[in-house]
Amino acid sequence: MTKVVLPELGEGIEKATVSYWYFKEGEKVQEKNDLVELTTDKATFNLPCPVSGTVSQILVHEGDTVNVGEVLAIIEEG
Amino acid sequence: MSLKIFDLGLVSFIKAWDFQKDVFQAVKRADFPFGIVLCQHYPVVTMGRSGQKNNILAEEAVLRSRGIEFYEVERGGDVTYHGPGQLTVYPIFDLHYLKKDINLFLRNLEQVIIDLLGDFVIRGKKIRGLTGVWIEEAGKNQKIASIGIAIKNWITFHGLTLNVKKNDLENFSLIRPCGLDIKMTSLESLLGRDIDLDDIKQRLVGKFKEELNDQSRFAGVRRGD
Repeated sequence: MTKVVLPELGEGIEKATVSYWYFKEGEKVQEKNDLVELTTDKATFNLPCPVSGTVSQILVHEGDTVNVGEVLAIIEEG
Repeated sequence: MSLKIFDLGLVSFIKAWDFQKDVFQAVKRADFPFGIVLCQHYPVVTMGRSGQKNNILAEEAVLRSRGIEFYEVERGGDVTYHGPGQLTVYPIFDLHYLKKDINLFLRNLEQVIIDLLGDFVIRGKKIRGLTGVWIEEAGKNQKIASIGIAIKNWITFHGLTLNVKKNDLENFSLIRPCGLDIKMTSLESLLGRDIDLDDIKQRLVGKFKEELNDQSRFAGVRRGD
């Protein structure tokens, strides 16, 4: 089980808004696939999936704001 | 620092969008670390991920009748207009070679424009929370450059637009640029004379090269927020 966490995006950026999930819960995903798109002030940022596996849980939804370090999803490896 | 320049001239938004994707793939393959696509667009309104459709004030039919296309795009930010007379710049930079900091990258794009305006003794400024480059005239802020970017695998795309010619500002009245009630200005409006867009292109590329060669700028120490 791997937690997908919102990484540091830059100095002074503490949060971002989830704008698009590329996968749904239960779908297979490959390592480095775009998993989720996040939006800050004037930038969008695609977070790649850290491992190959199945998206077991999506914890924040499109439109939600998340803090750096917060868990966005859980991937079941394999 | 190896910087590749692609000057597309006057092109449709969609053609430049596709071209950006090709350059993005080349940067991803590590063919070169930094690419800049320069162009002018045929009239187009684009809406970024934070966009609200009610910031497009004109009916779609009015846009069409004026020959203005419309696209929703994957960049950050709200609604903007591009047309001939603006210089649109898409820096496709692998931030692994610089610093993985979205804020720093945005502030440095603003600085490139501010440095360019300095060549014309125009004082551009940054406003915290309102990304872009602004000119203060009689106590009021007008926008001269708009910025909206996207980042995948820490490689940037989309970018900035500088209003150069004065003839094209009229179409901004069809939208609320960036979702704000603001006035746009241009280099020609400020200087009151004709400006050669090719000269601006060369100067801008020069400023980007200065920024990239100065490791303390794009790659780390922030200045003048």
